[in-house]
Amino acid sequence: MVIKVEHEMHQRRRGRNMGVGLLLIGFIGIIFGLTVVKVLQLGDAAQFEKFDHVARPQIVPEEGSN
Amino acid sequence: MSDISIQDTQYEAKMGDYFALLKPRVMSLVVFTALVGLLVAPVPVHPYIGFVGILCIAVGAGASGALNMWWDADIDARMKRTAGRPVPSGRVAAGEALGIGLGLSGFAIVLLALATNFLAAFLLAFTIFFYAVVYSMWLKRATPQNIVIGGAAGAFPPMIGWAVATGGVSIESVLMFALIFMWTPPHFWALALFVKSDYGNAGVPMLTETHGRDATRKHVIIYTLLLVPVALGLGLTSIGGPVYMAVAVVMNAWFLKGAYDIYRRDDAACEADKHAVEIAVFKVSLYYLFAHFGALLIEAALRQYGLGGW
Repeated sequence: MVIKVEHEMHQRRRGRNMGVGLLLIGFIGIIFGLTVVKVLQLGDAAQFEKFDHVARPQIVPEEGSN
Repeated sequence: MSDISIQDTQYEAKMGDYFALLKPRVMSLVVFTALVGLLVAPVPVHPYIGFVGILCIAVGAGASGALNMWWDADIDARMKRTAGRPVPSGRVAAGEALGIGLGLSGFAIVLLALATNFLAAFLLAFTIFFYAVVYSMWLKRATPQNIVIGGAAGAFPPMIGWAVATGGVSIESVLMFALIFMWTPPHFWALALFVKSDYGNAGVPMLTETHGRDATRKHVIIYTLLLVPVALGLGLTSIGGPVYMAVAVVMNAWFLKGAYDIYRRDDAACEADKHAVEIAVFKVSLYYLFAHFGALLIEAALRQYGLGGW
């Protein structure tokens, strides 16, 4: 049996596949938008570094600096 | 090749068939009440977070609709009103409805938790559980009071909207819940009185068929009487105000009069005017809900200008 790249089924399911594709793109857009909003809501972008998994001594306030 | 040729003869489900699983008309009511719950809350929400919150609530409600269609496919097939739904008509396989229902539930709950807060996500999860399991699986086929307790599922959205904004539950959100909860039985039974239903054929107990139409009329007036203090009480909270109170007084008087008119009638009178009163009261019940939530929105809008509220 030769595997055909284009099967008639692909044509029939085009609308459905396009729909799923658009939904996935929309989902990515929503998550990206949420990321932007949540980060901006932090006010100070430097705070975002707190969520890094690597220790960043430079963002820890020095003792007695306050 | 054989499995493909079998598929070739089958109907290919379209995107719209899957969308129909989500009960778009129910969804629109959910979006409206959840949006009111969110907007009347005293805590401002970032518009985008609010949008995502409402989207999650709508998708969660849709997912519970898909789960309901998966579970109820057998009874849906036996009723004219529902026989055309995607699963009983064979356009979508029952397993697909189950998969979509569970999948979308998971996405909606997790995204709501990440975008807003865990209380809102928990309430959404509970709502889906309540509609799919408590109502569809346990109550619907077991008791003619199914609509009373099942109505709670439809009453949660404004409470979730409120939780999205405030992260909590308060007297205001509980009363918004109670308003829809108490409104559902008279609204639905008014409908049941004039629609020729085939619930009996499907084995679903419906008050008009198990206890008769007179008992149903009595239930309509009793539940409407219980609804009035809830609707007026909501007007005394922080989200109420003179505009809401004026609307509530008028709409409650109107609905109560309708319920009383229904109560006074018998089957002969119903047949004589082809259920004109029941149909009119059903319409009033729709205006009733929209007017109350619309008035809450107006109060919230007025508060922005230092008006509204008590």
